[in-house]
Amino acid sequence: MAKYLLLKHYRGAPAPANDVPMDQWTPQEISAHVQYMQDFAARLEGTGEFVDGQALAPEGTWVRYDGEGRPPVTDGPFAETKDLIAGWMVIDVDSYERAVELAGELSAAPGAGGKPIHEWLEVRPFLTAPPTVTE
Amino acid sequence: MPAVDDTLQLYFLCAHPSLTPSSAVALTLRAVGGLTTRQIAQAYLVPEATMAQRISRAKRTVSGVRFDRPGDVATVLRVLYLVFNEGYSGDVDLAAEAIRLTRRLAAVIDHPEVAGLLALMLLHHARRAARTAPDGSLVRSPSRTAAGGTPSRSPRASRSCRRPSPATGWASSRPRPPSRHSTPTRPPPRRPTGCRSSRPTSSRDLTDSPVVRLNRAVAVGEADGPRAGLAALAALDGSSPSSRLHPDRESPVPRHTAVAAYLHERDGDLATAARLYAEAARKAPNLAERDHLTRQAARLNARRRR
Repeated sequence: MAKYLLLKHYRGAPAPANDVPMDQWTPQEISAHVQYMQDFAARLEGTGEFVDGQALAPEGTWVRYDGEGRPPVTDGPFAETKDLIAGWMVIDVDSYERAVELAGELSAAPGAGGKPIHEWLEVRPFLTAPPTVTE
Repeated sequence: MPAVDDTLQLYFLCAHPSLTPSSAVALTLRAVGGLTTRQIAQAYLVPEATMAQRISRAKRTVSGVRFDRPGDVATVLRVLYLVFNEGYSGDVDLAAEAIRLTRRLAAVIDHPEVAGLLALMLLHHARRAARTAPDGSLVRSPSRTAAGGTPSRSPRASRSCRRPSPATGWASSRPRPPSRHSTPTRPPPRRPTGCRSSRPTSSRDLTDSPVVRLNRAVAVGEADGPRAGLAALAALDGSSPSSRLHPDRESPVPRHTAVAAYLHERDGDLATAARLYAEAARKAPNLAERDHLTRQAARLNARRRR
């Protein structure tokens, strides 16, 4: 089994095919979208492939150390050009092909007009611990 | 000093002022509630090892505490309230667990504030089922039906409320908590005339926090119309430089924008309302609220397109 991170972006990903801001959808389209995401996660729990899913607020801050005895330096909010993570799902699957298949399904979540958003998702493999036995 | 019941002593110990809030909560659930470390970890969505460390550090902190005088009930109540307010996840229902522990506390100590907190919890809990739809989305209070409540808990809550409680107590002055248990986007039910002179005013007099005044603006909007509500909101904004800041954190009062959106909608200004709902959605602290507020913006935008 291998773990993959499916990353969803507020900004920074290529534009999806069905690119309409959510507050311009109908309430029913929003409900259908939310339901699709919940069903997707529930199905992966059922197949034993779901690890974690979290959503992030759009606003954040840069922070760094500023030397002994000084408070950390903060900067923000994030510049408009910054790549902005909206949330993620972690899956634990048998193969890279399966990870790509699932990311494709997640990207098909319905949006405006009930049509798939075709959202670009980033699929990132976890670095794992070295295997116990090497052959 | 009179002998303090062992159970009560355990409550005091687990809520000792030397503990951080998160440690006190964990220790109370473990030592008083008897939950396993795994259950507590799941309920708070942290790894089991993290929760185990938190509990053992808390135990070390209070290991030297001597009981030569009674503990402070207020610290115990604060911890129970934190547990109640945390929400629900994992196998353990933290709100139900908080009620169970507060009931047990009420059984070993005769204290009006304990009765007050228990009443507050039971009243919130009775309405809990009606607050969300089966799919987890929020239900605004005008849309809720009486049948959605948990009626069996309410009589006990009402009885607890009738017990005398000091003016500073939980039952009388606690602002509606800034949590998923109460949302100004789900305002109090429309009341018949007469409520205007009593409830909105008295809650402001008891604790003049921005959160209470925000809730008051919602109540005024229900009683006297959206213009009056917006005026109350404007008074909140202008009363002091920090009036839009939450007292505990340097952040705006939660749901301020959502309340403004709701009042503008009722006032017929759909464009402003839609813009504010979308803005409130971006600031929402949880997914249920964000989805709810986005839906509100979408509903108004769809109406404006027609």
